[in-house]
Amino acid sequence: MSFLTAPTLAHYLVLGAVLFAISIAGIFLNRKNVLILLMAIELMLLAVNLNFVAFSAHLGDMAGQVFVFFILTVAAAESAIGLAILVLLFRNVGSISVDDLGKLKG
Amino acid sequence: MAFQTAVFYLFAAILVFAALRVISVKSPVHAALWLVLSFFTAAGIWMLLGAEFLAIALVLVYVGAVMVLFLFVVMMLDVDFDELRRHFRSYLPVGAAVGGLVLLEMVLVILSGTKSAGSAAAPAAGSNTKALGRLLYVDYVYPFELAAVVLLVAIVAAIALTYRRRRETKVQDPAEQVKVRREDRVRLIEMPAEKREG
Repeated sequence: MSFLTAPTLAHYLVLGAVLFAISIAGIFLNRKNVLILLMAIELMLLAVNLNFVAFSAHLGDMAGQVFVFFILTVAAAESAIGLAILVLLFRNVGSISVDDLGKLKG
Repeated sequence: MAFQTAVFYLFAAILVFAALRVISVKSPVHAALWLVLSFFTAAGIWMLLGAEFLAIALVLVYVGAVMVLFLFVVMMLDVDFDELRRHFRSYLPVGAAVGGLVLLEMVLVILSGTKSAGSAAAPAAGSNTKALGRLLYVDYVYPFELAAVVLLVAIVAAIALTYRRRRETKVQDPAEQVKVRREDRVRLIEMPAEKREG
């Protein structure tokens, strides 16, 4: 039962992979709803960050955690702008379906 | 070590369950709340990995700010969410297939590549926050400033996108006010003096 020992790098990487796969499946399942799509993207970034932190702890190199810091910054900016576009879409079209996103065009 | 393993598996189970709920639950408000739970659990796992500062930052930034933003937007919009979920069942096979494929690929890569890597190294001694701060403000100070610029651009973009000028309110336009010249406001006219009657 080697997987019952102390959590190794592979444990964390498999968890990150599971999380990433779940969010990809979420993008396919909810491809009408922009709001859930944004949430799935946040989950995806979380999985990537988990990999960064796991490698940082494994290699004893703090640079990985610095990159997680930057990814958090960019993800916060992305969700703020994404939600602003979502509000704009709802105000102009009255729905948040992906099919209506083309109607925002100039 | 056995306790740490138990905590890891508990947190991993909660994280996977919460992520599954995020993508499958009916109401977006509930999805946002499940997302809060998954971020919180991920912060616990990061704590397990010795990244205390990032764990706290994740809770503060995501649970405190971004998820509140999500909840605000969800409650602002009056959308028929059932209509958006109408094809949920028909997308289930392809979504599950693609997700399973991605998972299989990544697990294969991980298991073939890290078998010889051994167990994780012990976390560095001393304060995680101190080490991270030193790295961030000494070695990565230029990217750090760029991250600040990214945030500023995001603020300006979000406000510019959602700002709506109302017609009925009276506002000043400073540019118009500065452009005013004397000739626009004061008009000197000449007229002949009138004689007094009587």
